[in-house]
Amino acid sequence: MSTLTTQVNPRSDVFQANEDAMRAEVMKLRELTAAISQGGGEKARARHESRGKLFVRDRIDHLIDEGSPFLEFSALAAHNVYESDVPAAGVVTGIGRVSGVECVIVANDATVKGGTYFPMTVKKHIRAQDIARKHRLPCIYLVDSGGAFLPRQDEVFPDRDHFGRIFYNQATMSAEGIPQIAVVMGSCTAGGAYVPAMADESIIVKEQGTIFLGGPPLVKAATGESISAEDLGGADVHAKKSGVADYYAENDAHALQLARACISRLNWQKRGELNMQPPKPPKLDPSELYGIVGTDLKKPYDVREVIARTVDNSDFDEFKRYYGDTLVTGFAHIHGYPVGIVANNGVLFSESAVKGAHFIELCAQRKIPLIFLQNITGFMVGSKYEHEGIAKHGAKLVTAVACAKVPKFTVLIGGSFGAGNYGMCGRAYDPNLLFMWPNARISVMGGEQAAGVLAQVKREQIERDGREWSQAEEEAFKQPTREQYEHQGHPYYASARLWDDGVIDPAQTRDVLGLSLAAAMNAEIEETRFGVFRM
Amino acid sequence: MTTKMNKFDTLLIANRGEIACRVMRTARRMGLKTVAVYSDADANARHVREADEAVRLGPASARESYLNVDAVIEAAKRTGSGAIHPGYGFLSENGAFVNALDAAGITFVGPPASAIAAMGDKSAAKERMHNAGVPLVPGYHGDDQDDGLLRAEADKIGYPVMLKASAGGGGKGMRVVESTEAFQAALDGCRRESKAAFGDDRMLIEKYLVQPRHVEVQVFCDSHGNGVYLFERDCSVQRRHQKVLEEAPAPGMTPELRREMGEAAVRAAQEIHYVGAGTVEFLLDVDGSFFFMEMNTRLQVEHPVTEMITGQDLVEWQLRVAMGEPLPLNQEALTITGHSFEARLYAEDPEQDFLPATGTLERFALDLAGAGLAPDQVRLDSGVESGDVVSMHYDPMLAKLIVHGADRDAALATLNRALAALDVQGVVTNRAFLQRLATHPGFKHLELDTRFIERNEATLFAPKAYRLEEYASAALIGLGQLARECESDSPWDRHDGFRLNAPHTIRIALCDPARVQDIDSAAVVVVEGTRESDAAPWNLTLHGGNVDGATLTARLQQLDGDAVAVTLNGHRRRLQARRDGHVVVLSDPAGETRLFWRRIDAIDHGHHEAESTLTAPMHGTVVTLLVTPEQRVEKGMPLMVMEAMKMEHTMTAPADGFVETFHFAAGDTVGQGDVLLDFAADASGDQP
Repeated sequence: MSTLTTQVNPRSDVFQANEDAMRAEVMKLRELTAAISQGGGEKARARHESRGKLFVRDRIDHLIDEGSPFLEFSALAAHNVYESDVPAAGVVTGIGRVSGVECVIVANDATVKGGTYFPMTVKKHIRAQDIARKHRLPCIYLVDSGGAFLPRQDEVFPDRDHFGRIFYNQATMSAEGIPQIAVVMGSCTAGGAYVPAMADESIIVKEQGTIFLGGPPLVKAATGESISAEDLGGADVHAKKSGVADYYAENDAHALQLARACISRLNWQKRGELNMQPPKPPKLDPSELYGIVGTDLKKPYDVREVIARTVDNSDFDEFKRYYGDTLVTGFAHIHGYPVGIVANNGVLFSESAVKGAHFIELCAQRKIPLIFLQNITGFMVGSKYEHEGIAKHGAKLVTAVACAKVPKFTVLIGGSFGAGNYGMCGRAYDPNLLFMWPNARISVMGGEQAAGVLAQVKREQIERDGREWSQAEEEAFKQPTREQYEHQGHPYYASARLWDDGVIDPAQTRDVLGLSLAAAMNAEIEETRFGVFRM
Repeated sequence: MTTKMNKFDTLLIANRGEIACRVMRTARRMGLKTVAVYSDADANARHVREADEAVRLGPASARESYLNVDAVIEAAKRTGSGAIHPGYGFLSENGAFVNALDAAGITFVGPPASAIAAMGDKSAAKERMHNAGVPLVPGYHGDDQDDGLLRAEADKIGYPVMLKASAGGGGKGMRVVESTEAFQAALDGCRRESKAAFGDDRMLIEKYLVQPRHVEVQVFCDSHGNGVYLFERDCSVQRRHQKVLEEAPAPGMTPELRREMGEAAVRAAQEIHYVGAGTVEFLLDVDGSFFFMEMNTRLQVEHPVTEMITGQDLVEWQLRVAMGEPLPLNQEALTITGHSFEARLYAEDPEQDFLPATGTLERFALDLAGAGLAPDQVRLDSGVESGDVVSMHYDPMLAKLIVHGADRDAALATLNRALAALDVQGVVTNRAFLQRLATHPGFKHLELDTRFIERNEATLFAPKAYRLEEYASAALIGLGQLARECESDSPWDRHDGFRLNAPHTIRIALCDPARVQDIDSAAVVVVEGTRESDAAPWNLTLHGGNVDGATLTARLQQLDGDAVAVTLNGHRRRLQARRDGHVVVLSDPAGETRLFWRRIDAIDHGHHEAESTLTAPMHGTVVTLLVTPEQRVEKGMPLMVMEAMKMEHTMTAPADGFVETFHFAAGDTVGQGDVLLDFAADASGDQP
C-alpha cells in the first residue's frame, strides 16, 4: 500500500477561508438537524409526554444497543416542501444495532401531525424498506401513526410506490427471510393496522397501542356501535383476544426491551464476506476537509486530499494513475473493509470513462464494494470529443456502474451535473446509499450553463423575428434560471425530496461509509453480469 | 541473669505472613541466612518464596504446623539454624517452646521462659507489678461487704467507680457510681440484681475509666541488665479488642507523663528479668492517670510505628540482644521524630459483620507514584503479593500500611492518600473501612478511646449516600469503558453514541454495588453523557435519586497508573480510579466510592406478568383457595388452584399485595376467561 501525503497548507488564507465557509455550512446543518429532532413542537411534545410515551428518538435510543451508532436517513425529508412544517416527514428512519444485529428502524413521530403519512412520509418509509431489502437488514417498525394524511390522499394512496407498497414490502421481505418486527406504541389505524398484522412478530403497549381497520368514529358512522379505542383495538384485545399482537408490554421501555429480545432470537448471520484488515484511522485529519474543499465549486482541488482523509491509514493504491487522470481510481480500506474508490478530479474524458469502466469491472469481479466520490460538471463536449466517441465511452462507464452488483455507495462531494451524475452512480443507478455534503449541488447542468442555453435559444428566436435583445435584457432573462437552479440544486432541496439518504458533515464521511459498508455485509455480494459494452 | 554470647548465622522464622517477611528482611540485611517454615497451605506463600531455605512443617492446620514445637525444632536442626525468631502469635509466648529450644541449644529470639511465665499468669503478674510500683487500676476486691466499708473504699478510689457483682457477668449487677451521695442507692440496686441473677450479692469496686485509651510502651532489655523504653503507641481504635489503627507517639502526651509511663514500663520488665522486646500495656485515663493492664512478651504487630518515629529497626535490636550484645542505644540517645500511623489490612468484609474473606488476590499493589507519595513516607509490610491465595486457615491480616509524617496531621493525610493508593482486588478487605475510620472527624480530632468504633457505628457503617461528584466521576469512567467495549472491528460495535450532524450521546445507569439486583428505580441513577466530538468534554445530565436533574460539564484525563484527573465544571480533582468488573472504584484521600455501572439497555424492565394470570385459562373447577382475603402475599406466592382438563393450574400473586376478593369457592365451576379474584398490588416503585 502506498500512503497518500498532503500538499495542503492549513495556515494558508485559502484554507482558512474555505474552512470558515464550510464550517458555517456544517453548523447550519447541525442547527437545522437539531431543530428537526424536536419533532412537532412544544405543544405536541408536551401532549405526547403527558401520555407516558417516549419521544421517537428516545424510543430509538432505548431500542438500539446503548451507545451504539444510529445512522439516520433523510432527517431533512419534507423540509420546506409543504405549506406547514412536517419535520423529518414525521417518520424517523435509519440503521441501528439492536441486540448486536444491524436493523432498519422505521419510527413514526406522533408529535408531527399525529404521525400521519404525507407523500414524503410514504416515500421515506418505502426508501427505508428498500435499504433494508438491499442490505438484507431486519426491519423494526415503531408504529404510532394516524395513517394516511387524508387531504393528500391522491399523493399517498393509489400509485405503485404509495402506501400499499409498505405492506407489499413487508410481505416480500418476510418471504426473503428478512425479519419484520412491529411495535405498536400508539395508533395503527386503517392501512396502518397492516404493519403489525403483516409483521413476523408484533408487540403492543398496554393502554397506548391500538390497532383497528376502522377507528371508533368510523365504526360509529358505519354501524352505530359506540366503543372506546381501547376496547375496540387496545393491547388487551389484541394480545388476549384477536392475536394480532404477540407480546404485551407495560410501557414504551418494556416494549422496546421486548423488541430487542425479538431480534436477539433471530439467529442472525451476516452473509457478506470481505477480507478485512484491522481498521486504522486516516493519517491525515478528516476535519481538514473543510479547509480543503470549501464551498465554492469552481475552485479545484486534488480529490486525493479527500481520499487521504477518508480511508484507513491514508493508504491508497491507485489504478492507472497516469491515464485518464481526471478520474481517480484505486483500492483502499475504510474501517477495515476493502473498497474500490472512483473519484472525480475534473471533467470526464473518454480515457477517464473507459478507465472507470475497467476499474468497476475489476471490483465487480473481485466483489469489492465501490465508493463513488462525485464532483462532476459532466463529460467533455466539443467536436473533438464527439468525434472520438465520447458518448460510447461514457456509455461504457454508465453500463459498468449500472450493472455492477457489488455494494455501491455514492457521496456527492461537490457538483453533480448532467450525465456525469449517471457515470458516477447517481440516484438512478441504485447505489446502496447516497449522501450529499452541504456544499454539493445537483442539477441537470449548472445554473449558469442552463441560463446560457436558454438565453441562446431565446436570442435565436428573437433574432429570427428580427428583434434586438440587449445584454441587460439577456441578463434579466438569465437571472431567474440561475436562481431556480441554485435553489433546486441545493442539498436541502434535494434531501427534502429524498433524492439522497441524507446530508452529511464531510468530517463524518468516513464513519458514515464504514457503517454503511458494515451494514451492507449482511447481504451476500452477488455475481455481476454486465450488459453489452459498445466498443 | 546469664550473659552469654550466642552468635548464629542462620535464623529460622517460626511464623508466616507479613511478620515472617519483615523479620527476614532485617536478617538478610544483617547477613544472616533465612529459613522459613510452612504448612501445606503455604507451600507457595510469599514468606516461603523470599526465604533462602524453607522447610515443611505439616498440614494446613496451625496445630499441626506453626504450633508444632517438635516440627519447628526439627526444621531448625535440619537447616542448621542457630536461632529461631517466633514473630508474634503462634509460639511467640509459649514457655514450653522456649524451654525446648534451650534444651536443643537453639537461641530463642525473645525473653526467657521465666519472664513469659511471669506475665502469663495475669493475677500473679498484677501482684508483682504492684510490688514493683507499677500502678494498677484501683479497686476493692475484699470479702468484707459492709455497706459503710464499701462506700469508704469507693471514696478512697475516687469517683466515678464501677460497682460489679463478684459473681457477675453479662452486665448484670453492674453500675457506674458518680458520687458518694449516689453510692448507697446504687449498691442496693446492684445487690438486688446480683442476688436475682446469680444468687449472690457480693460486690467489688473498681475505678471507672470514662474514656480509657489503650497506650502501650515499647521496652527493650538486654542480657546485661540494661533496659530502655522506645516510647509509647496509642492503639485505642479497636474493634472487639482487635486493634485496627495504631499510632506513635500517643497524642496528648506530656514529656513528664511519657517519662513516667516509660520508666514504669521498664520497671515492670526488669521486675521479671525481661530480655528482648516487650510491650507494657496501660489504660490511660482522661486525667492522665495510667494503670497497668498486661505485658506482651513479644514483638508487637504494631512495632513499625515505633520504628518510624525512632528510626530504629526493632528486629535488628532483637537479633543483637539474642546474640548477647548490649542494647544498641541508651535511653538518652533515643528520640522521637514526627508521627506515624499503622493501618491493618484484613481480608474481611466490614459489610458482613467482618466475616473473614478468602480468594485469590488478582491485584495487590500500592501505587505510590499515582498518589503522589514518596517511598520514605510509606511502608507496606505485606505477606502477600498479586496472585497469592488467601486461605481460611490463618489470621486474615494481609498487610500493614505504615506511614510517617512530620506531625500527626501530616501523617494522617499521608495515611489517607496511601489507603487510597492501595489496590486490592479479588479478595474483600477492610480497606474502605480503614479509610472511613482514618477520615472520620472524631479520629482526626483525637476523640480517641477503645470504644471509638462502637460509638461511631452510625457514621462508620451508614449506607453510602453518593454525591453528585461521585456519580459524575464514576459515569466518566463507565462511559469511557463503554466506548472501548468492542467485540469486533465493526464500526457498529462502537459505543460512542455516533449520530449524524448531532452531538454524541451515551447513557449509563449507576447504582450501589450492593443493590445491583434492585430494580427499584430509586436506587438507579441514569447519567446521560453528550459531547460534540471525541475530543470535546462531556455534558452530563443525571436522572434519578438525590441528583435528579443535575447537569455539569466533565472531562476525564488518564494520568500515571490508576490515577485520573476528573474535571467537573472546571474543578479538577485527582483520584485513583480502578475497575473491578463493572464496579468503578474511586479512591481519594477522603475515602472510597464504589459504584456499579451498566448499559442502560441491560436494565430489565421486568416481565410484568399481567393480571391475566388471575383469569381462568380454560373451563374447569376451583380446587382450593390457598390464602385468605386481605392476607399479605409476596409476588409469586400461590393464591388458588383450579383444575381443568385433568391438569392443575395454580394462580400466583402477580406482585406483592393482597387478594381483595375471591369470586369463586372450592368446588365452583369456572368458565374460560372468568376473573377468579381481585388482586390489589402494593403501590411500588418498580415502574420507571
